[in-house]
Amino acid sequence: MLGPFDYALIVLGLMAEVYVVVCLCASKKHFLYLSLNIYMLAAAGVTVAQVVVLQHFGVASPVYAYMYYYTDALLTISLFFVIMSFYQQVFRQMGVGRYVRWASFFLLSATALFSYLVVRQMPSHNLTSRFVVEMSQNLYFVGVVLTYLLWGAVVKLRETRTRLIQLVLALGIFFSADAACYALRNLFPGLEANFLKWVPPLAGTFLPLAWAYTFTKISEDARLETARVALPRIAAHQHS
Amino acid sequence: MIAALICVISVAVFLQFFVSYSRSIIAAYRKSDLSEQVREVVGIEGQNVSSDQFGQLVQLIRLCPQKGDDQTDLKVVGVYYWMMSALRSAARTLAPRVTSWAERERADCAYFVAVALDRRIAHSRDLLAQQMSNS
Repeated sequence: MLGPFDYALIVLGLMAEVYVVVCLCASKKHFLYLSLNIYMLAAAGVTVAQVVVLQHFGVASPVYAYMYYYTDALLTISLFFVIMSFYQQVFRQMGVGRYVRWASFFLLSATALFSYLVVRQMPSHNLTSRFVVEMSQNLYFVGVVLTYLLWGAVVKLRETRTRLIQLVLALGIFFSADAACYALRNLFPGLEANFLKWVPPLAGTFLPLAWAYTFTKISEDARLETARVALPRIAAHQHS
Repeated sequence: MIAALICVISVAVFLQFFVSYSRSIIAAYRKSDLSEQVREVVGIEGQNVSSDQFGQLVQLIRLCPQKGDDQTDLKVVGVYYWMMSALRSAARTLAPRVTSWAERERADCAYFVAVALDRRIAHSRDLLAQQMSNS
């Protein structure tokens, strides 16, 4: 059974998702953030669908579990397209967008194959549900790697667009929090009841909130030195 | 083994992203100069704010009417200040360079709150002026 805090997070996240969609549709930069907008719209739809399934079948039902993990995996995959669009923005002047697309598709396929091979070795009858959980964990980690590489490119290429910087950083926080949570679940299942169960909803609420904040407060023309933002070691490399 | 590796890397990357995200919020406020009034109220000399004044500034900001657009920033920077304080305490004997870096970050957090306080005071004054002109 969900408590008031769970519902508050769901409502807050849903409001932020809808806000970002409306905000982007109203702005002239709609096509620049098209994949982000589609992701936010999908996330809002999934949130509503999850609440409906939750009301009908309950949080402990297998229907809800299937629904949760499959939609989560699909949303994570659609988030990869958002990362790709950020890569294209960062590498726009270098004209390597085609290579970025191919690399991302290759990575996605390799993740699915790797997850399948791992699950196939397990003596479990429920191959499909194990596969989707395993793939979610791996997808989040691939997301961490891709976002970290993107952030490295932002720092190295001295990208100064504040909006892009904040969007990428928020995405990095979301992916790394979820990847760490999945890994901790595998390592210490006892932590799930008291601590880990809060991480995915908190991270899931943080991302639309942070993006809503960025689109509201940071204008497209705002600029920021990455040396001021990156950790000193990275910034030092940039200056050398 | 794979889970442990993913866990260590993810936590390290999470911390790095969180630090950078907090710094991106603070950097936007760093461009603003403090007004004479706030410097007088808080007892700040010049444009530098001492890191230890963070608590005092947070208490003062709670007394001001909310401006509405800085609540999230204040929460994020509050968590960042707490993290930097913990890092400073942990690294005090082992890594003096890390300690001095954490101290600079704490001072930046305090400066951020001072600018937010400045903006809230200006906002309160505007509200008061509006009320006076309406009555």
